[in-house]
Amino acid sequence: MKFSKLIASVVLALAAILPSALAQMKLNGAGATFPYVIYSKWFDVYSQKSGVQFNYQSIGSGGGIKQVTEGTVDFGASDAFLSEDQMKEIKEKQGSDIIHIPTVMGAVVISYNVPAIGNDLHLTPGVLADIYLGEITKWNDPRIAEINQGKNFPDQAILVAHRSDGSGTTNIFTDYLVKVSKKWADKVGKGTSVDWPVGLGGKGNEGVSGLIKQSEGAMGYVELAYAVKNNLPYALLKNEAGKYVEPTFEGVSYAAAGAAAHMPSDLRVMLTNAPGEKSYPICGFTWLLIYKDMKDKQKAEAIVGFLKWAMGEGQTYAKDLYYAPLPKEVVKLCEAKIGTISTK
Amino acid sequence: MAQSQPNRVYTEPASEPTKTDASTSSGGNDNVVDPPDVVLAPPARAGSRNIGDRIFQNVTFLFALIVLTLVFLMAYEMYRGSQLTIGKFGWSFLVSSTWDPVRDVYGALPYIFGTIATSVLALLIALPLSLGIAVFLSELAPRWLEPSVSFLVELLAAIPSIVYGLWGFFVLVPWLRVSVEPFLIRHLSFLPFFSGAPYGFGVLAAGLIMAIMVLPIITSVSRDVLRSIPNSQREAALALGATRWETSRIMLSDARSGLLGAILLGLGRAVGETMAVTMVIGNTSKISLSLLDTGYSMASVIANEFAEATTNMYTSALIEIALLLFIVTIILNAAARLIVWSVTRKFSAA
Repeated sequence: MKFSKLIASVVLALAAILPSALAQMKLNGAGATFPYVIYSKWFDVYSQKSGVQFNYQSIGSGGGIKQVTEGTVDFGASDAFLSEDQMKEIKEKQGSDIIHIPTVMGAVVISYNVPAIGNDLHLTPGVLADIYLGEITKWNDPRIAEINQGKNFPDQAILVAHRSDGSGTTNIFTDYLVKVSKKWADKVGKGTSVDWPVGLGGKGNEGVSGLIKQSEGAMGYVELAYAVKNNLPYALLKNEAGKYVEPTFEGVSYAAAGAAAHMPSDLRVMLTNAPGEKSYPICGFTWLLIYKDMKDKQKAEAIVGFLKWAMGEGQTYAKDLYYAPLPKEVVKLCEAKIGTISTK
Repeated sequence: MAQSQPNRVYTEPASEPTKTDASTSSGGNDNVVDPPDVVLAPPARAGSRNIGDRIFQNVTFLFALIVLTLVFLMAYEMYRGSQLTIGKFGWSFLVSSTWDPVRDVYGALPYIFGTIATSVLALLIALPLSLGIAVFLSELAPRWLEPSVSFLVELLAAIPSIVYGLWGFFVLVPWLRVSVEPFLIRHLSFLPFFSGAPYGFGVLAAGLIMAIMVLPIITSVSRDVLRSIPNSQREAALALGATRWETSRIMLSDARSGLLGAILLGLGRAVGETMAVTMVIGNTSKISLSLLDTGYSMASVIANEFAEATTNMYTSALIEIALLLFIVTIILNAAARLIVWSVTRKFSAA
């Protein structure tokens, strides 16, 4: 009988697969898209070392938070830290606190398209905020000329570009504007999407940089990694110490190191406008969201093992993939935090 | 369009199984079926007493029921998902133009307006073109040319919308900004529709892209509607000495309700179009009369913001927009089907 043969072979095949499937630990995660590239590298390298399998869905921070709340994943990832309400909801539903572990950092670059002035446009926080508020509308505005001596600005309207999709990049950018401009804080606020006073929306980094490249007189913000990969012209920003700094990975790491001294113990902190002469002001962490008390202790152990590896060897992969690695000061704080995850 | 083909020739059989099923189970009264349909239908179908056939019929009926259930479930889930905003904002959700995720205040008017403005613009551009092509294909085209033109038109419908979006982003928008919009501003800026700065991105770009996308739908449905007019009508008109132009006009007026259906089907496509529109419309939530200004659409705002919508109220607002879009699409499609059905039925009965 053909049929019974088929069944027999299926049973045999299952018998061969099952033991190894049981031996293999599989961790499910979901969330932010921004760190997806380095996370997939990490998961790949680490699973070869340890045998732990990962399944990560980069569905966006919002989706990741929802899945963590519903308990459908073993860990989440987000570009924005959870609010008190969100943490309370998870505690109620899943019976566990949530631990935020920063993994890498991203930064936001102000890019522009004004051929007449070439590279290294200087911007102060106030000018930047007023451009995005629609109060400075022309490139030859005296306030821009004042901080860019020796440049000839055209009498051209500034076409402001921003992200149209909700994103961690927007969250970091608007968080910065809230810190440096009272008017922005009152009128607009911060978030993954905001009610923009002016400007055109582009979908994703590529959408915004497309808007900038195509339209002379445009200015917009994009992810640092994206700007570096695509060689976009960028502006130097005046930081909290009053120095104009270029957006670089070093500048970002300095900002994190500067902020480490007074970081809250739960590591929920925005790095924007960090102190330090070399700190680049618009940058931030991306976090993994971990249950403090996982029901499955084997899984908890596997996650702790992975996180420890990510803080050490994992960080060395960051620069090649255009992420800013965590400075030593922050790694130390993270390791202490990882130690509080219950594995017993 | 492949699925409109059966619609044209045998409209009734497609919707018949449910009807006959109901009638057999309530005593098997075959007279419910319309006279022309009896001629078209396979004789064994309606009154089979074979047990296998009856099981087969019921099983397929169940399959059909699944589709219905799905639609209702989807509508219900969206209604449930948008409870928060429906409760908080009520009808003002439809007329308020503030969309502020930071303060959790939501109003959908700019998106509703953008969807309507771009769809209407797309129809205005696509309609004359599509009708022209349809008349050419059904009335005038030489036999050797017709299949290849039909094929090309239907090929347009098969191109994924993201491809249109990319083309719009890299080709159409720069062209609009450099050539078309400055021209419009120079010569027509006294009209409110053509004032403002030439961004390239905006309602005009979105309308143009959508026009290209709805063109094949309107064309192929109207061609089918025109073809369903019996040849005797054409022959009669020609025999009375009417010119080709006059004959075509008679055909168009005969088929007008069917053509309206074609337009509504096109509109349905336009209303739901997402990716291509997102890439060229400029994604600015504001209401402006000018075609050169940027805007936003309902489908775009969902695609853009859903992934990172972190608060419950925010998600609820987006789901409510989805619900609105769902309702609009269903109404448009139902109306279109009804109209196309009524016209083809009229002629096949005659």
